[in-house]
Amino acid sequence: MRSPRVHYLILLLLVVINFTLATVLDIAAQAWTRRGGTDLLAILLGDARRIFSAHFFIKADVYFHAGYYPSIFDLTARPKDSSHMAGDNHAHDEEKCGKAMQFLGRPTDWIERFGRNFAVTEHKHLNSGKEREILPWLRISASLDPHRIETYTVAAFWLRRTLGKPEQAEAFLREGLRANPDSYELLHELGCVYYENYKDAARARNIWRLALEKLELQRGKKDEDELAKYYHDILLRLARLEEDQGNYALAADYLEEIIERNAAPNPDLLRTQITELREKASTRH
Amino acid sequence: MNKILAIAGVVIKELYRRKDFYVLFVLTALITLVMGSATFFNDPKIVRYLVEVCLLLIWVSAIAIAIGTAARQIPAECESRTIFPLLAKPVTRAHVILGKFLGCWFACGIALVAFYAFAAIVRGSREAYWPMLHYFQASWLHWMGLAVMIAMVILGSLIFSAPSANATICEIIIVGILLLGGHLDTVALRQPPPLDLITYTIYFFIPHLEWFDVRDILVHDQPLIKWWAVLGATAYAAAYTATFLFLAWLIFRRKPLNA
Repeated sequence: MRSPRVHYLILLLLVVINFTLATVLDIAAQAWTRRGGTDLLAILLGDARRIFSAHFFIKADVYFHAGYYPSIFDLTARPKDSSHMAGDNHAHDEEKCGKAMQFLGRPTDWIERFGRNFAVTEHKHLNSGKEREILPWLRISASLDPHRIETYTVAAFWLRRTLGKPEQAEAFLREGLRANPDSYELLHELGCVYYENYKDAARARNIWRLALEKLELQRGKKDEDELAKYYHDILLRLARLEEDQGNYALAADYLEEIIERNAAPNPDLLRTQITELREKASTRH
Repeated sequence: MNKILAIAGVVIKELYRRKDFYVLFVLTALITLVMGSATFFNDPKIVRYLVEVCLLLIWVSAIAIAIGTAARQIPAECESRTIFPLLAKPVTRAHVILGKFLGCWFACGIALVAFYAFAAIVRGSREAYWPMLHYFQASWLHWMGLAVMIAMVILGSLIFSAPSANATICEIIIVGILLLGGHLDTVALRQPPPLDLITYTIYFFIPHLEWFDVRDILVHDQPLIKWWAVLGATAYAAAYTATFLFLAWLIFRRKPLNA
């Protein structure tokens, strides 16, 4: 039988090991946090969380279509972007989306024909406030990948437009801006919250101008067509804002800028509006 | 019939004496309630994600109960040698197979009632919406799907050497069918010959368990499934169940019990 002193020494050794490990791990944990992994998920999943984030974003899209959605075996029928789920100038084109989502085709055999009785086969979108059902998946998607911009814009769109929660939309967009400070998409959407919901034209103007500045920084880095779309959207919003505020000349200037940047899908229509705005501006003076 | 029901009764008693069902039910309830306690964007009316999670857990639990219960029935009787006194009575091997199947199936039915009642209460308490016919169709089809699975596992228990091997193989097959079964025809079209023919043959040969999984209908609040389709699926499940049980009987009647 060994002396109890040996046991105490072993205990002391274990305590020392524990203490040493704690000091080492604490520094390592702080380093993980500084590396951008502010939460446990980021540390545990690493870059794999982007895959899960994409999955949950698609899940939101599945919910938006009330379960009618192509499987991985019908990938060609999947929507290529999120603009069908939300977007401003929105006028969601039901017919276009309906055509794009005709992935089922005619059943090839009796098993497929009969099996369709047990699956969702009707294309429709959530409405009348039911759009709220997509929000949990967007929230989870944003938690997993804070750099997926469309997650914030889609959620904010429904929160402010249909669900009457502009303050939640603003908070979510600001959360997105903290992770993506140069995002013109988030600033564009945030401007909409201020202008359409809070009726705060001054702040909306400042935010949209900042969005234009951020957009300018992306020239040559991003796809020109995408940038042109945002130039169009932001400048058009600024033009409408100035028109509503009675600044017709400034509104006309913004519309002209859209044409100058080749961002207008229908320049002739804009030219007509510019003429009208200039006339209004001259009669005012 | 009395002999079959007597054997079935023993199986049901075994299920409620074991802890599998209670553990899985408590786990399902706990996870669902924890998920339900989360609020997204301060909106308490959001419910579909919760229904989806709850139904997924119900499916996982039901498959685990069905496979776990069915896989050990006959091997356990043989191992403990209780099969000999059982067959010494005026009970045939067909009675044993049918009794074991019915016992497992009824036990799963009882478990499903508890699970779906819980799902209905969770949803109803959140959005005051009680689509009882939807729950009936979903649970009925689920139960029919479980009949095919149980029959398949009983057949497997007579083929494979150990219940664990049988359970694992059956789980892989069942999950594989649920995930891919309905898409095998699409996959077959993209295969070169003779792989396309093989894939198509498998497609027509396997029981299409995915028909019995109508969670999407329930989650996304779709219209009721046509009743003739439910009837057709029931007949389909009955046909496959009968086939598996008949195959099981063919193997069991010549199987030496002391091996």
